[in-house]
Amino acid sequence: MIRLEARPAPSRLWGVLSPVVAIALTVVVAAALFALLGKDPVRGLEIFLVKPWSGARALTELGLKATPLILCAVGLGLAFRANVWNIGAEGQFLVGGILGGGLALVVTANQIPMSRWAFFPMLVLAGAVGGMIWAGIAAFLRDRFNANEILVSLMLVYVADLFLSWLVFGPWKDPKGFNFPQTMNFADGTGVPRLVAGMRLHWGFVLALLAAVGMWIFVYRTYRGMQLLVGGPAPAAARYAGFSSRQALWSTFLVSGGLAGVAGALEVAGPMGQLTPHVSQGYGFAAIIVAFVGRLDPLGAVLAALVLATFSIGGELAQSRLGLPSAITGVFQGVLLLSLLGCDTLIQYRPRWGRR
Amino acid sequence: MNEIALLIAATLAAGTPLALAGLGLLVNERAGVVNLGAEGMMAIAAVTGFAAAFLTGSEWVGFAAGAVAGAAAASIFGWLALWLYTNQYATGLALSLFGAGFSAFVGTGFVGKNLERTAVAGIPGLRDLPFLGPALFRQHALVYLAIAIMAAIAWFFYRTRAGLVLRSVGESPESAHALGYPVRSIRMAAVLAGGALCGVSGAYLSIVYAPMWVEGMIAGRGWIALALTVFATWRPARVLLGAYLFGGVTMLQLHLQGRGVQVPLQFMSMLPYLSTVVVLVLISRDPLWIRLNMPASLGKTFHPGS
Repeated sequence: MIRLEARPAPSRLWGVLSPVVAIALTVVVAAALFALLGKDPVRGLEIFLVKPWSGARALTELGLKATPLILCAVGLGLAFRANVWNIGAEGQFLVGGILGGGLALVVTANQIPMSRWAFFPMLVLAGAVGGMIWAGIAAFLRDRFNANEILVSLMLVYVADLFLSWLVFGPWKDPKGFNFPQTMNFADGTGVPRLVAGMRLHWGFVLALLAAVGMWIFVYRTYRGMQLLVGGPAPAAARYAGFSSRQALWSTFLVSGGLAGVAGALEVAGPMGQLTPHVSQGYGFAAIIVAFVGRLDPLGAVLAALVLATFSIGGELAQSRLGLPSAITGVFQGVLLLSLLGCDTLIQYRPRWGRR
Repeated sequence: MNEIALLIAATLAAGTPLALAGLGLLVNERAGVVNLGAEGMMAIAAVTGFAAAFLTGSEWVGFAAGAVAGAAAASIFGWLALWLYTNQYATGLALSLFGAGFSAFVGTGFVGKNLERTAVAGIPGLRDLPFLGPALFRQHALVYLAIAIMAAIAWFFYRTRAGLVLRSVGESPESAHALGYPVRSIRMAAVLAGGALCGVSGAYLSIVYAPMWVEGMIAGRGWIALALTVFATWRPARVLLGAYLFGGVTMLQLHLQGRGVQVPLQFMSMLPYLSTVVVLVLISRDPLWIRLNMPASLGKTFHPGS
């Protein structure tokens, strides 16, 4: 009979080890699933985990997939630490994409001469504003009316998705697009500057890394960051110290929403080059997993984003090379988060054998 | 007249999945457990139920399979949140994400398959009444079952000893534990029952309401059902009422379109989500009112040793 005994202090060792064990568990589940589906598990794992890292092109694609995940997860980590449950990053991502895409559309439709470097800051700003507006609604309703931010931010995901759908089926539809629900292709000058010639990887990746480093400095090296950190685990202490929980709510929502919006704008102007009904591939939701696997730490988010990006590309490869549904990525993402939560128990508790 | 009768009938049909899931979540929450995994449990149950109904040809086998699948998914949550003391919010969220992926994966082979629509018998004798017949008495059996389940839960909560124990576990798990009640087992039972009801709800969506399986078909209904329990201030009859209200909102869009109201489809489809937000705002305005009605230990981890 195993029972769990509370540790006097959280285990630092398990804080670091838990994601590693969770990833290992997920790999075991993956191998078992491949075997169950009649595929060679070794080849399956090779395609799923090794191929996404093989070669220069694969690595740049990995960075491209990781970019929105890093941007979203860096903000979400901050919010979750402050005990603010913004789970609507997907919606904030979409609205950022809509504003960024709208800006690119204006430039394209009016044939405004534009260079990629001149457009880059405008694009980032548009995305941030879009994400902040959407996150700001949830923050406002929580602040003013005490409405549950989990449910409100999530409902707004569906609203944003339908709004995007209306735009691309209606007013923003490409008149020369054979009635497909998509905007016209954006002009070349509205693209995101490429990082490596000939590859899709763009400077947004660098921006995401800078955001992570900036967030790390903010959280661990500034007084304001510390205020937010205290508010999560010890709200009473934070109140006693005079730290405002309202401020924590607003700032974390706006920062996480803004970053998600930037991610959306970069995705639309970067690899997509137009708006379609399927702007996001669930980046905002996957980023929740990234944030937790990355220990709600900005630099941890970078590592975790690379893991989830591997899963994502691995899923696409599993579809083309093994004939498995690409939805298998979602299964592994879910298994990863569930195992992580289970492993995290060992941070606070110590297993004891035998009866008390 | 006839149009109104059909609107009422459609409202009941659209409200029933919300009612079933909302009642299941109500049982959870009255025991002090928030399971944000509703959306995931419903998705897993929807695909399982559809597959079972498709393969056996019996919709009731499908509902049973959905209930079992929902309870099985809930058991993952229960084991983590109750026995490994994980954060209920994070764990439920994880279950929702897992359910979205798992259902899409399992359901790949069932996309595009159709179930034969079975003729709805309705209630003999009453089904031929003018107006009331088409409005109320020509529904699928699950619509009436949802009402019966609501009554049964209300009776269980307020008229039985077991229901009192369940509610006391939700209000003060420490006191219930001190009195010798197995708090975690009671909560686990509530979690499984909630999962089973969410499962029936998901299976109803894929077998009766749609009737087909597509990825993402739950479309936020699990989350709306979670909002319903708040809206209902954790009372069974109000959950049912709220579910029909939301069902009505869903149907209003079709009705308005039928009337030739020129509003884009997408804005109509936003209505259930926007009304959820509005309802949450209205009901949560007074924090005291929520705190008075909410099970006191809701969402808090209970560790028997401490």
